[in-house]
Amino acid sequence: MSIKGKAYIAGAFEHPTRLATDKSTPQLHAECAKGALEDAGLTKDDIDGYFCAGDAPGFGALSMADYMGLKLRHIDSTETGGSSYIVHVGHAAEAIAAGKCSVALVTLAGRPRSQQGGGMGRGGPGGGGEVPEAGFENIYGGSTHNTYGMCAMRHMYEFGTTSEQLAWIKVAASHHAQWNPHAMLPEVVTVEDVLASPLIADPLHRLDCCVISDGGGALLVVAPEVARSLKRPLVRIMGAAEAPKGPAGGLNLDLTYSGAVWSGPRAFAEAGVTPSDIKYASIYDSFTITVLMQLEDLGFCKKGEGGMFVSDGNLISGVGKLPFNTDGGGLCNNHPTNRGGITKVIEAVRQLRGEAHPKVQVPNCDVTLAHGTGGSLGVRHGAATLIMERA
Amino acid sequence: MADQHAASTRKIPAPSVNVESKPFWDAATEGRFLIKRCTACGKAHWYPRSICPYCFSDKTVWESSPGEGVIYTYSVMYRSPTGPYAIGYVTLDEGPAMLTNFVDCDLGALAIGQKVKVRFQPTEGGPPVPVFAPV
Repeated sequence: MSIKGKAYIAGAFEHPTRLATDKSTPQLHAECAKGALEDAGLTKDDIDGYFCAGDAPGFGALSMADYMGLKLRHIDSTETGGSSYIVHVGHAAEAIAAGKCSVALVTLAGRPRSQQGGGMGRGGPGGGGEVPEAGFENIYGGSTHNTYGMCAMRHMYEFGTTSEQLAWIKVAASHHAQWNPHAMLPEVVTVEDVLASPLIADPLHRLDCCVISDGGGALLVVAPEVARSLKRPLVRIMGAAEAPKGPAGGLNLDLTYSGAVWSGPRAFAEAGVTPSDIKYASIYDSFTITVLMQLEDLGFCKKGEGGMFVSDGNLISGVGKLPFNTDGGGLCNNHPTNRGGITKVIEAVRQLRGEAHPKVQVPNCDVTLAHGTGGSLGVRHGAATLIMERA
Repeated sequence: MADQHAASTRKIPAPSVNVESKPFWDAATEGRFLIKRCTACGKAHWYPRSICPYCFSDKTVWESSPGEGVIYTYSVMYRSPTGPYAIGYVTLDEGPAMLTNFVDCDLGALAIGQKVKVRFQPTEGGPPVPVFAPV
């Protein structure tokens, strides 16, 4: 069975807050759900499926379902870090195709900026003595910065990738963010600006890193007959796939590729398209190296040639061959509760609907891709790829 | 930035120890570095498991290792209140790569491929943990 064409994204909402000192996290989840329902023209009681991840307070999906008064036929709290919500869209489409539900809600929300924390795993489940790797890994001061830094260091060693090339990814994101009134970092930056920013974790500079923001988002994935009954452009889900990757016992460790090498081809095959068909790509941008590795792994260029591919504005809408993250992405716009998967889908939906900012809207945008990485490329992570089309 | 590569004073927290990993930490307390090897498929792995992650056999045994290898990759963390420190992976001569810290060295002179050897560093109230230094 395939999900191709069997589910649609009918509602999408990104919370405008970037500092939520006056709201609870459950409240943010519910506000996001409400926004997505209003966007679609549906009501809460239409929802019969609910998807959430580790940022949802309480016990899996149960606490939030009770808070929101949802009557559900299907729940799923699959947790793959920041890519969870892309996984959820794929799972919701499967559930809809299988008749398990017809209106599935996906929410993300959190307040890491209000509740200052530190280290890897903020917004997700914590460690503990029975987490098998904890005793052998958590002692070394690993954070997202330096574990992604290790990937960049090895990528540079094997392929000659440079800091200047990585900087182009941030430059492209900043060109898009200047048109987004909600973006935290709307100023256009140059390669020189990125290289002049302080080293955070060798070889990554401060401007190679994404922002920390409060906020959230929500999506409604619905059955085709529901989508056709609504007064919104049809955004059809064509393919989705996910793949975890980790050190796996340590033999033949290779930090230069991600799980996208598995999730990408499966999603493309299901959708019946190839990378050259993608008019716009939302690519998870926790760090510049994240984007570069994922572009290679998804097949937009050959392994090791990502540095050349992203240079000279090739990711800038209206300038380069592959417009990416036209909302400014995690590097410039937001990274709600340190999880960027949902905003990746939201901007891809805007592009398909023709509702992106006119300065960054891709002409004739009929096929888009959203790809996310949750966890750390440098240790263990979950990759998720989603391909959508305008019906 | 004169002290950019100065040695870190970062304190290492006590590692969490469970029944499966306790033999490793008991040996570490005596200054011995152990790895796990599967006697069914012959492969060594890291971190130590009871079940082999390659062939799923439960015939795994502890093995003393000289703790020698080469740096696979590293990153010097500058965003640290206690000064910069280096995290990285060492590819052990037995095969597996392991996450660790690099100590007692010029952080600015670290390099992929550099030979390193294990030593143990005290933690806050727990057994010492394996870290590596250039040889």
